[in-house]
Amino acid sequence: MINKTLYDKLWDNHLIKSREDGSSLIYIDRHILHEVTSPQAFEGLKLAGRKPWRIDTNIATTDHNISTDISERQGGINGIPDETSRIQVKTLNDNCNFFGIKEFEMNDPGQGIVHVMGPELGATLPGMTVVCGDSHTATHGAIGCLAHGIGTSEVEHVLATQCLVTKKMKNMRITVNGDLSEGLTPKDVILSIIGHIGTAGGNGHAIEFAGTVFENMSIEGRMTVCNMAIEAGARVGLVAVDEKTISYCKNRLFGPNEYQIDNAIRYWRTLHSDKEALFDKEVELTADSISPQVTWGTSPEMVCSVTESIPDPMTYESLDRQKSYSAALEYMNLKPGIPMTEIRIDKVFIGSCTNSRIEDLREAAKVIEGKKISATIKQAIVVPGSQMVKAQAEKEGLDRIFKNSGLEWREPGCSMCLAMNSDKLKPGEHCASTSNRNFEGRQGSGGRTHLMSPAMAAAAAISGKITDVRDFLINDI
Amino acid sequence: MIEPFITHLGLVAPLDRINVDTDMIIPKQFLKSIKRTGFGKNLFDELRYLDEGYPGQDCKSRPLNMEFSLNNPRYKDASVLLTRKNFGCGSSREHAAWALRDYGFKVIVAPSFADIFYNNCIKNGLLPVTLLDSEIDSLFEQVLKGKELALDIDLPNQTVKALNGIDLKFSFCIDSFYKHCLINGLDEIALTLQDSELIKEFESAHAFKFPWTFGAIK
Repeated sequence: MINKTLYDKLWDNHLIKSREDGSSLIYIDRHILHEVTSPQAFEGLKLAGRKPWRIDTNIATTDHNISTDISERQGGINGIPDETSRIQVKTLNDNCNFFGIKEFEMNDPGQGIVHVMGPELGATLPGMTVVCGDSHTATHGAIGCLAHGIGTSEVEHVLATQCLVTKKMKNMRITVNGDLSEGLTPKDVILSIIGHIGTAGGNGHAIEFAGTVFENMSIEGRMTVCNMAIEAGARVGLVAVDEKTISYCKNRLFGPNEYQIDNAIRYWRTLHSDKEALFDKEVELTADSISPQVTWGTSPEMVCSVTESIPDPMTYESLDRQKSYSAALEYMNLKPGIPMTEIRIDKVFIGSCTNSRIEDLREAAKVIEGKKISATIKQAIVVPGSQMVKAQAEKEGLDRIFKNSGLEWREPGCSMCLAMNSDKLKPGEHCASTSNRNFEGRQGSGGRTHLMSPAMAAAAAISGKITDVRDFLINDI
Repeated sequence: MIEPFITHLGLVAPLDRINVDTDMIIPKQFLKSIKRTGFGKNLFDELRYLDEGYPGQDCKSRPLNMEFSLNNPRYKDASVLLTRKNFGCGSSREHAAWALRDYGFKVIVAPSFADIFYNNCIKNGLLPVTLLDSEIDSLFEQVLKGKELALDIDLPNQTVKALNGIDLKFSFCIDSFYKHCLINGLDEIALTLQDSELIKEFESAHAFKFPWTFGAIK
């Protein structure tokens, strides 16, 4: 028997044809569409007189550019003040209506950020191939499916042919064993990994996350980890299916029906790497080497422990690194040697496809409950990842905890992660953000992002500066 | 259908930074367009202009950041971008490739590229040339010395050659599949649809094995 990795198995189950030129045709089970990267693909389809190959494989929603403000959302599409955003949202609706594609519109109960919505509706399931015109599609790999971001030309290609022309990636495994101590979250694990292997460390590879840390992690936590595989350069992040995956996936809206579920589960249980499977690249970390992580620069690899000080770029060997790290510090208006906990925060953003699920909100609420945000914080917003997350959080009273502490409770969307709507930083503002990218200008032109976990962002909101959340947790005992 | 890429002769502009992300190549506010064209004037918007850009703006009257290399008159007609490792990382936005193409770039030369961006280049007839770090260094050295560097890029032979008496010639690797797509400017969808029968056959077997992945979303 040939020993296969999880990625190999998923690949083999979808391989239609290997071409002589080295490319392969793979079958796509689920295609998720959103307003920003689909209009040109639909236009291309129409211009060529083509139709989608298979309608029931597609699912669409609006998330990237929509307002998260309750009163603006109540106005529906016509209430979107920005004309270009309105046209883009309307174009998605028109295209979905034209082709008969299922769409969760802006205020529908199933709406949400594509990567929060997919798994919670059972639209993405273990063993599937999943693509979406968004690089954070890697998220879905947390439930053992082969999921990755594609460009708009590929969106059009998948619509027209149900296939993707691609090349097989290499296999990489990142193993983290041990137990995470109190106050540490999946976000700290993935930021720590990115700090370790760098932002190009996974280029060309599908990363499987293995070891007891991921085995003990919730499905939501695994999604946070796989979500940021792309920040380590890998298009695909994966975690093997286990009983947690099965119980998470089995009773979802678009999941297997009562006649299919037994066969589905039988198949899902095969979705793990074989014991003797070989990986092209292996990285190992231990849980006890991980502490709460915060980024100080303009790439997710520019990250350190909250207990450390900002590193001196000149201590790095590579000239490229010295230059880019110095430029990053200049952009961030920070100096080497300053303790991370002295960095003042102007805004707080809890949300994004990385950290806007119910567990993330619970984690932040736990830290902030009964406390007030610092008077120096100009704005702190909590943006649930989907209508379902929002409803669940409100049922648990998390919205009240946030509001009582001085945070704003918003409508679901991508929001300040990429600042396509009006949720953004002003030039020079520092933000404690649970999102995934701290690139220059990402959260608003001239804005300065510090990536961290929801618990750490909540702690920063309370103290007005970057804070080790473990200080709060210890005080609570 | 994209224009076939065979050879290109063009002037080089340098962008001396590592990990240039697609947010930097084309900032988010310009992603609201529903077209594939018109992004060139906002390429590297935050680096290129001193004010904050917005869609539909007349960029001709905006204040330029003269420290940014593309604003240097020397590089005005550049069609080859020389840059550093992991170019195009981050967001999958194909708008980044569209913006580079729309600006007038035909070739990007770097030691490495991010995976999704690389793919997006190929789909748009933009050639990503991967060279060794040392080769990239020697090209930068020429440009930063103030020499006008023009490169002759030959895709069938996979070579990059400097002109104007500069003695630099390198060969580069490119996957045969990507090379084939670029040289022929293929309509990939039409190509894939030639395999329609095979896809249908696979699909039927797939539906039999994994019926729960069919028909649930209506």
